Amino acid sequence: MIEAGYNFGYLDENTKRMIRRALLKAVALPGFQVPFGSREMPLPYGWGTGGIQVTASVLGPDDTLKVIDQGADDTTNAVSIRRFFGRVAGVATTEKTEEATVIQTRHRVPEAPLQEGQILVYQVPMPEPLFRLEPRVAETKRMHALADYGLMHVKLYEDIARHGAVTTSYNYPVLVNGRYLMSPSPIPAFDNPKLHRMAALQLFGAGREKRIYAVPPYTDVRSLDFEDHPFVPVRADAACVICGSRSSYLDELIVDDTGKRAFVCSDTDYCASRPPLEEEAA
Amino acid sequence: MSDALMQASGLTLRFGAVAALDDVALEIHPGEVVAIVGESGSGKTTLLRVLAGMMAPASGQVLYAGEDVHAMGESARRRLMRSEWGFVHQNPRDGLRLRVSAGGNVGERLMAAGARHYGGIRAEAIEWLKRVEIDPARIDDMPEKFSGGMQQRLQIARTLVTQPKLVFMDEPTGGLDVSVQAKLLDLIRALVAELGLAVLIVTHDIAAARLLAHRILVMRRGQVVEQGLVDRVLDDPQHPYTQLLVSSVLAA
Ligand SMILES: Nc1ncnc2c1ncn2[C@@H]1O[C@H](COP(=O)(O)OP(=O)(O)OP(=O)(O)O)[C@@H](O)[C@H]1O
Ligand SMILES: [Mg+2]
Ligand SMILES: [Zn+2]
Repeated sequence: MIEAGYNFGYLDENTKRMIRRALLKAVALPGFQVPFGSREMPLPYGWGTGGIQVTASVLGPDDTLKVIDQGADDTTNAVSIRRFFGRVAGVATTEKTEEATVIQTRHRVPEAPLQEGQILVYQVPMPEPLFRLEPRVAETKRMHALADYGLMHVKLYEDIARHGAVTTSYNYPVLVNGRYLMSPSPIPAFDNPKLHRMAALQLFGAGREKRIYAVPPYTDVRSLDFEDHPFVPVRADAACVICGSRSSYLDELIVDDTGKRAFVCSDTDYCASRPPLEEEAA
Repeated sequence: MSDALMQASGLTLRFGAVAALDDVALEIHPGEVVAIVGESGSGKTTLLRVLAGMMAPASGQVLYAGEDVHAMGESARRRLMRSEWGFVHQNPRDGLRLRVSAGGNVGERLMAAGARHYGGIRAEAIEWLKRVEIDPARIDDMPEKFSGGMQQRLQIARTLVTQPKLVFMDEPTGGLDVSVQAKLLDLIRALVAELGLAVLIVTHDIAAARLLAHRILVMRRGQVVEQGLVDRVLDDPQHPYTQLLVSSVLAA
């Protein structure tokens, strides 16, 4: 049930149509940042208003929505966005990755491989991958237009020269479809390979910066690197203390008053879907 | 008609009442060094910028390898600027990335051209630091910490690393001490000869023009008043302004 007084998905139909047009253009030009008339949302920018507007524009009454924040379905941010769409769209919600038709996320890509027909919506704080290197917006536009990305490699070169390795562990830049340099949003570099030739449609919304971009299904997404310093998706060398996974991305938690640390899966749904550790050992 | 690398004709550009370029024509051939001299405000920098496609003339044409530089589109022009051309600015701070290491500065053009082997890029950077007489041990230092002369040599290394065919230099020794200037001129001369570069160099310094250039162009108030082989123009100047320029150097 939609709460009285709201249009389906909160946004009015004209706004949704405008956003869908931007999305179509984004899908046609994988990795290219399309400007859109971002609307004020009843949530602060840090809460992913760009992602929420994209979700609102692609959601239909028959969709099943999952919302994750840092991999978890139960954080305040995830819970309030899910509740928001429950109220303004009345859609079914789920915590199970494979049951969802639309997944809105901040900071993670689910561990379970996504399928054709699913849509993954990323919340993006800063869509421009070159902004730290080139503060002039007009110049970054020109660099994208000419695929002039040498400067990004200079940054990677500097990292290796100074630290022996590329130090970027989040928001690691990717080249989409061999053409546009793209920020994958602040997901761990560990998740980057999941973007490559993903079966699901990936949509990215940046509310404050008023940009939308997209990666259509089965599109090449390559992390920038050097031949002799290939990209490495880094993960803590440990097992999840709950499910024992040695392949999922882990969060480090302090588990008791003595400051004892333990690793657990960041993807709570993935962790819960695996047999508990005792059974696996038995 | 000719095997000119670059050919310009009828270049005109005004800034308000000032004629910065007034019907300028010139040619430069592969491997040739052409000096542009003239008093301050005579249009030397403007000419260089127009030739390099950084500024459009009001009328006239610049051809590079037969192609119209101002009609080819920005994308093609930028590609030239990072491959076949180079631009050495008077102030090295305009031509360097001050917060990128010396190695990164030299490597940038290689990476822009598609180099993706870190070890190879670094080896090339070391080689070029040596060629411009910068201690390779400083490869990871920031150019901010370099002296003016070192910064200028780094800018030259960064520009020449991709072996351009045509290099524009705007008073490359301008801001430096006299002793440093002489050393830098020697270095430029050696590199230019070794690489067979075509160079268009703007300079106030007649002696530098004589040392480096094959041909010289004398500018005054936006016009080329005299041009020819360096020795001919400097030993036997025809135009009264050139005569004045040469005699004032002799007097100094
Ligand atoms: N962007 C501009 N706007 C207005 N006037 C300009 C501009 N650029 C150059 N001028 C004028 O055009 C004339 C030629 O300038 P230019 O910088 O080309 O001279 P120059 O020969 O390089 O001088 P210098 O030896 O001092 O570097 C000068 O009168 C200058 O003031
Ligand atoms: Mg000048
Ligand atoms: Zn787990």
